[in-house]
Amino acid sequence: MKAPDFDYVRVRSLDEALAALAAHGEGARILAGGQSLVPALNLRLLAPEILVDIGGIADLSGIALADGTIRIGAMTRHADLERSPEIARHVPLLARAVREIGHPAIRNRGTIGGSLAHADPASELPACVLALEARIVARGPSGERTIAASDFFRGLYETALGPDEILVRIEIPAAAAGERFAFHELARRHGDYAMAGIAALARDTGAATLRIAYFGIGSRPMLAAGAAAALRDHGASEAGAAAAVRALGADLEPQSDLQASAALRMHLAGVLLRRALKDLFPDAAGGREEEIA
Amino acid sequence: MTKPIAISLAVNGEPVEALVRPRQHLADFLRDTLGLTGTHIGCEHGVCGACSVRLDGDVVRGCLVLAVQADGAQVETIEGASDSGELASLQHAFAARNALQCGYCTPGMLLNAAELLARNPSPSRDDIRQHLSGNYCRCTGYQAIVDAVEAAARAGAGGAP
Repeated sequence: MKAPDFDYVRVRSLDEALAALAAHGEGARILAGGQSLVPALNLRLLAPEILVDIGGIADLSGIALADGTIRIGAMTRHADLERSPEIARHVPLLARAVREIGHPAIRNRGTIGGSLAHADPASELPACVLALEARIVARGPSGERTIAASDFFRGLYETALGPDEILVRIEIPAAAAGERFAFHELARRHGDYAMAGIAALARDTGAATLRIAYFGIGSRPMLAAGAAAALRDHGASEAGAAAAVRALGADLEPQSDLQASAALRMHLAGVLLRRALKDLFPDAAGGREEEIA
Repeated sequence: MTKPIAISLAVNGEPVEALVRPRQHLADFLRDTLGLTGTHIGCEHGVCGACSVRLDGDVVRGCLVLAVQADGAQVETIEGASDSGELASLQHAFAARNALQCGYCTPGMLLNAAELLARNPSPSRDDIRQHLSGNYCRCTGYQAIVDAVEAAARAGAGGAP
């Protein structure tokens, strides 16, 4: 299908972008890489009055390390993350996850800021930033504010960003010595939307700092705090793993759609958790994959 | 009706100036305005890969880039990449291995395969399948396409982007 009619402005600075948002209010949509927005336009799921293209703002992309924090500009493309030695070294979870985003041609255009602001529940990066305890920096008329990833995702395609704000960068604590991660997703074909996925991070060698985030399960990416607590209490033993899988029932709100039923998603969440534990704690019994009826 | 916007870009090395409506995507612009019909249109929502073109050297979905976004860019279509001769080895392998029947997906397959070989001159069959996972073929069942890319890689098709 063809997109409906809309106006378009390509801005050269954040101030110009903010002015355009202020002028058009909710009728404006930010155009970043366009790999989710343009399909939605072509399918006529959206009918904005005007697109504000921020692709021409040079200083919105780039990856920099300072004071133990990796700062990633909102317009940094997935392909840039995929090839970045800094990301591979300091945020290996992200380096692993970007390879699962769509297809190479999509990753050549799609951006991290666009993916987070779009907040598709099946997207990889929102769950990753939850696991990584990232901070999301937005700029609005009164300046910048920082939003914890855990406060950012509010619901289906819904975030803490106001209509007059632009996501400008993501700040992620660089990986410490001993940090480990796990990332898995289940999709029918490579590059398809995930039926269920997990991004997990342990900042130390034990289970004390474990953060487990899911995507593709409910209406937004979710932290499995109960499962993480079970593993803290019991360790990554078989008993701990079993308790963690049981805790997922209270942690997650799986939804049914054409791809998978809620019951299947809950089952897959348990399978993914055991796979993740196997990566994180290879020596513990709880990582053993079990055949679940 | 919204106001058309003036864009200026290079397509296959030739300068192009045009007025486009913001809603027109790049693949439609290339086909309808410039007559470059080697860029095919399938799903128009980024799934099938038939509309693949190069934008500033990177393969992108022509249906997921607006023509206005290509202002100031270098665009290369299958016509340009084919005329330059850089795809000859891949094209020969596709013909030799029966990697096309109707040919609808072939321009996108060739551009994406060339991008893979430029980055990884000796990909495994899994690498090839993964790189081409976003390009649909409804005729060949993919086996012959993977064979062709593998054969082209062995013949040294990688190198030029």
